[in-house]
Amino acid sequence: MSKREQTPLIRLENIYKKYTLAGETFNALDNVSLTVNKGDFMAIIGPSGSGKSTLMNVLGCLDQPSSGKYFLDGEEVEELSENKLAVIRNTKIGFIFQSFHLLPKLKAIDNVELPLIYRGMSSSERRQQAKEALEKVGLGDKLHHVPNQLSGGQQQRVAIARALAGIPPLLLADEPTGALDSKTSRDVMGLLQDLNEEGNTIVLITHDPNVAAQAKRVVRIQDGKLTEERVEAS
Amino acid sequence: MKLSQGIRMAWHSVSKQKMRTLLTVLGIMIGIASVTIMVAIGNGTAEQVKSQMQGLGTNMLTANVVGRGSVTSITLDDAQQLTDIEGVEAYAPNITGNVTAKYKTSTYNASVQATTPSFADIREYTVAEGRFIKDIDGAFSQKVAVVGSEIVSELNMSDPVGQKISLNGASYKIIGVLESKGSSSAGSNDNVVIIPIQTARVALKTDAIRTIYVQVEDSDKVDYVQQMLEFNLQRFFRNDENAYTVFNQDDLLETITSVSTSMSTMLTYVAAISLLVGGIGIMNMMLTSVTERTKEIGIRKSLGAKQRDILFQFLVEAAMIGGLGGLVGVIVGSAGSKFAGRLMDSPAAPSVDIMALALIFSMGVGVLFGFLPARRASKLNPVDALRQ
Repeated sequence: MSKREQTPLIRLENIYKKYTLAGETFNALDNVSLTVNKGDFMAIIGPSGSGKSTLMNVLGCLDQPSSGKYFLDGEEVEELSENKLAVIRNTKIGFIFQSFHLLPKLKAIDNVELPLIYRGMSSSERRQQAKEALEKVGLGDKLHHVPNQLSGGQQQRVAIARALAGIPPLLLADEPTGALDSKTSRDVMGLLQDLNEEGNTIVLITHDPNVAAQAKRVVRIQDGKLTEERVEAS
Repeated sequence: MKLSQGIRMAWHSVSKQKMRTLLTVLGIMIGIASVTIMVAIGNGTAEQVKSQMQGLGTNMLTANVVGRGSVTSITLDDAQQLTDIEGVEAYAPNITGNVTAKYKTSTYNASVQATTPSFADIREYTVAEGRFIKDIDGAFSQKVAVVGSEIVSELNMSDPVGQKISLNGASYKIIGVLESKGSSSAGSNDNVVIIPIQTARVALKTDAIRTIYVQVEDSDKVDYVQQMLEFNLQRFFRNDENAYTVFNQDDLLETITSVSTSMSTMLTYVAAISLLVGGIGIMNMMLTSVTERTKEIGIRKSLGAKQRDILFQFLVEAAMIGGLGGLVGVIVGSAGSKFAGRLMDSPAAPSVDIMALALIFSMGVGVLFGFLPARRASKLNPVDALRQ
């Protein structure tokens, strides 16, 4: 699985995202084209306001571009209905957020089960798959803890398990270490690297060059424009 | 998403905010409970009155004479002429009064009915012991009496038939004891002493007949007999319509039925209003809930919840809140109606139909008033929702 396949998982072609603020139109994404292959570990780096969150939302099918083409796993995403986008988010993308975005009243395992519920999976199958995902991130003994009873690093691990549970082709991480101290950050980044080693495609968004340094490939975004920064020699 | 999953999710969320849920369902609960109680009491009272009315005798007319000028009462012969109508099965002229009944050292204030033998059939009295009065008792003005069970017990008689009691000082021989009929809204049916009408002057110091009970052959002829009776009375009292009244038991039954129907209608409106108020409460709570849980909705959407999943989740939650209110209301209501029934000594019957209906309606109200908030939740843009 660790073998790199050269089939593009993500292909962005001339993506524009326009916003109108106080009568003035500006491009949050300005003619962005990008290809991400299966097995990639790519960091998108840029300061705040550079358009990286917008890019993240477009990549995550949470938002749609104003123009341009977006192919995810061979399927053209734009022009899809709300429902179809929900299905794509559910089956193709695992989100990891800066502030974890766990549901505070649900136990770890129930949080991890959430994407599987919306897939209509049977409850026993769900349990099993969620348990495996939590074991994979090293939380096999914390299945029935609610987020409050877990440390920040553990919460982020639960969130990573939730992203993994549905076995999506793409993991999309938005500042995954932004709310963590440096030691925990290293742990989480290590976990992401392990996951990449196992063949998961990861796209990570960060403003931190140290975090970006751990990715195989880095692209920089500035004023909505994308520039290739570094590609690891394979 | 499956219904069972939706119910589990909704229960999880509802049970985590007990106080708010309780306060929200209070409106619906109070409405449903009070309607259940009132309907139960209404039904119970109506049933009770009906059964008492039927105990008075069926297809019965009562003619009451008030009088006109010097003619304030009628005689036995008048009664016979007035009731000589086709369709009349039996009639019983009646003189009522209260006397002091004495037996040995016991006394009791007894109600006396001076009447004819057909009284037993018309008013549905049966004899438990001995015999009822006969025509021949009247013809010979025999001072005989048939007594109710209350008289027997109040006067401490052990073997009443054949004994003599004194009614206002006049000595009467007991020839029979009546089967107990229990009491009605008009008082006890067992405090009664029945004597031949020809001896009324002896015990009651009067022979003025003011009441005639008329039994009609069958219910189809009641109206005809009533009209003829009124016609005869009108002629007898020379067109003075205030001199008499003819009372039809069916009319009273009808009145009671229509009163209880209009009461039910009114209660339905009360229920509707309380459900409306409760529904607004649910809508308010759900709107607050959607605002508070915007982030949750964003997370769920980012994980692949479709619009209809979110809509469904919030609708089930609203229906559950409504249903909970209805359920608690029905429980409180049926307990309350049992209690009220005991308190009022009437068989308040909590109707199962009403309870099931209340439950369904309160869930429906939840869905109806939960729809707008649920739709709002389902339409949230995931990017904006997550930013909260």
